[in-house]
Amino acid sequence: MTTLERNPATTDVRRPGDGPGPDRGHGLAYWAVSDCWNITRRTLTHYRRRPVAIVWQLGFPILSLLLYGYVFGSAMKVPGGGDYREFLMPGMFAMTMAMGFMNTAVAVVTDASKGVVDRFRSMPMAPSAFASGRGAADLVVAAAELTILAVTALLIGWRADGGVPGALGAFGLLLLLRFSLIWVGVWLGMLVPTPEAAGGLYAVAFPFTMISSTFVSPSLMPDWLGFGAAWNPISSTATATRELFGNPVAGGGTWVEQHALLMAVVWPLVITLVFLPLAVRRFQRLSR
Amino acid sequence: MSASTSTSGYAVLAEGVVKQYKEKRALDGFDLAVRPGTVHGLLGPNGAGKTTAVRVLATLLRYDAGRAEVAGLDVARDPRRVRGRIGLTGQYAAVDEGLTGRQNLEMFGRLFHLGNRPARQRAGELLDRFGLTEAADKAATEYSGGMRRRLDLASSMILQPDVLFLDEPTTGLDPRSRGEVWEAVRALVAGGTTVLLTTQYLEEADRLASHITVIDRGRAIADDTPDALKNRVGGDRIEVVAADPGDLDAVAKTVDRVAGGGLVVTDTPTRRVHAQVADRVAALTEVVRSLQDDGIAVEDIGLRRPSLDDVFLRLTGHGTENHDAPEVAAA
Repeated sequence: MTTLERNPATTDVRRPGDGPGPDRGHGLAYWAVSDCWNITRRTLTHYRRRPVAIVWQLGFPILSLLLYGYVFGSAMKVPGGGDYREFLMPGMFAMTMAMGFMNTAVAVVTDASKGVVDRFRSMPMAPSAFASGRGAADLVVAAAELTILAVTALLIGWRADGGVPGALGAFGLLLLLRFSLIWVGVWLGMLVPTPEAAGGLYAVAFPFTMISSTFVSPSLMPDWLGFGAAWNPISSTATATRELFGNPVAGGGTWVEQHALLMAVVWPLVITLVFLPLAVRRFQRLSR
Repeated sequence: MSASTSTSGYAVLAEGVVKQYKEKRALDGFDLAVRPGTVHGLLGPNGAGKTTAVRVLATLLRYDAGRAEVAGLDVARDPRRVRGRIGLTGQYAAVDEGLTGRQNLEMFGRLFHLGNRPARQRAGELLDRFGLTEAADKAATEYSGGMRRRLDLASSMILQPDVLFLDEPTTGLDPRSRGEVWEAVRALVAGGTTVLLTTQYLEEADRLASHITVIDRGRAIADDTPDALKNRVGGDRIEVVAADPGDLDAVAKTVDRVAGGGLVVTDTPTRRVHAQVADRVAALTEVVRSLQDDGIAVEDIGLRRPSLDDVFLRLTGHGTENHDAPEVAAA
């Protein structure tokens, strides 16, 4: 049984009301960054304690990579020529980034349903830190995922012939897509009631990633489907990274496919502009 | 401004607080005054507004009208400073299950802006105080319900809060863990913290709280010490458990005659009939004789002090659970 002393604190627990206030003489901007870092650190500690979590998250893309590359690979033709596996890899990278919003959503809804979000909101920390810290951690994890995927791809014979600047640009575009989808994840995470319900989002997310240029060129699909696939933001990122990596592009002649590099920047900006305010509003609405 | 002075002299003060949801008025002119350094119980049936009241006072929900003050600070105008003075333990143990107990406390300490070293020290102290030192470096997922609850309590005490909100802190805990939580709460109060406790367990409020507010339909309907509340319901009660449910009406009639005008309560599922009596011994003797004469078999018969359940029933017209409220027969 617990024994408790009469006087709880021996550490100098600063009383915000008496001392310099909950901000200890620092400005709000300082705490926005500091609190964000602490939330980032928390998420990264989750992965450090369970590194296998990243492997699970990567299970699906790596499996798809092997299935599509080897099982279907020989039957697949890349329009305009080129090796299918070379074509496939950048698509897999883009798809992994796109599916990442599910990790964000599940993490957010788990915190919300267990009362952790309430605890954060009842503390004197910067209100932005919960989402910004989550986002920063997700980007670090996404970079780690990309590294693992790229190494796996290299092992099975994928080559990037676009040079170092091209490869760096391609990875940058992939992370930009992931960044924009963080806000979709945060928003959805606060919208759905339980982690189980969040799991149901896979049913929507999966076809969304399939109807794109990830696995096959939209020009090979029926017109109506190909149109949707070509305008899918994932397609723009996949096509742009193919160009930058120097892999077979197999793009159709539509405007959106011709301007993949531009659209791979525009799409994430549009998604951020729409969903960042939605996520912020959703967070504020918790107090209504 | 010093930590303990408040314009009102109360650690928590709510005056006419209204919280309107689309379809429901969760708080409807709610009043509450909690003296510093006490445990104040907030009791009410499910859906009475207990949790809404706590969420409003803990700055999690904005209210629509009225005034609320915590630790002398206006909740609506100064939520950030209020957050520096309060601790909150909600209905779920809000700990990060992906971290160890120690990592949890250190993270919350840093987010309370303690700084790295004091956060580490404070975590060590709290783990020690809550008997979690041995499990400190295990993941919180491996903790028992009681341990998780204690870690949760420890997290809400990092700043040694002026006011601690405990929203049904022992729901779902086994009796032993419940005892551990109670002990932790008592020690906190001994250290000067004010506790606002919501609970559905009347026994819990009876054990811990020196003052109780009963809330029903978003409004405080009674506010007193537990003893005064019990006295308000009346003195001792006679209670008869019938052996045969078919005899309940006859038993109720006898009890009614002896009790003389008091409210006779029949609780069919437990075959219990009880009523307030003036002269305890005379009433007991009379009921026993009368039932014997009528040949009514009785499983148990006795006198008892009114419980907070009786208080509830009297004040709200229904028991702690709306759905299985015993039928109340006016005499």
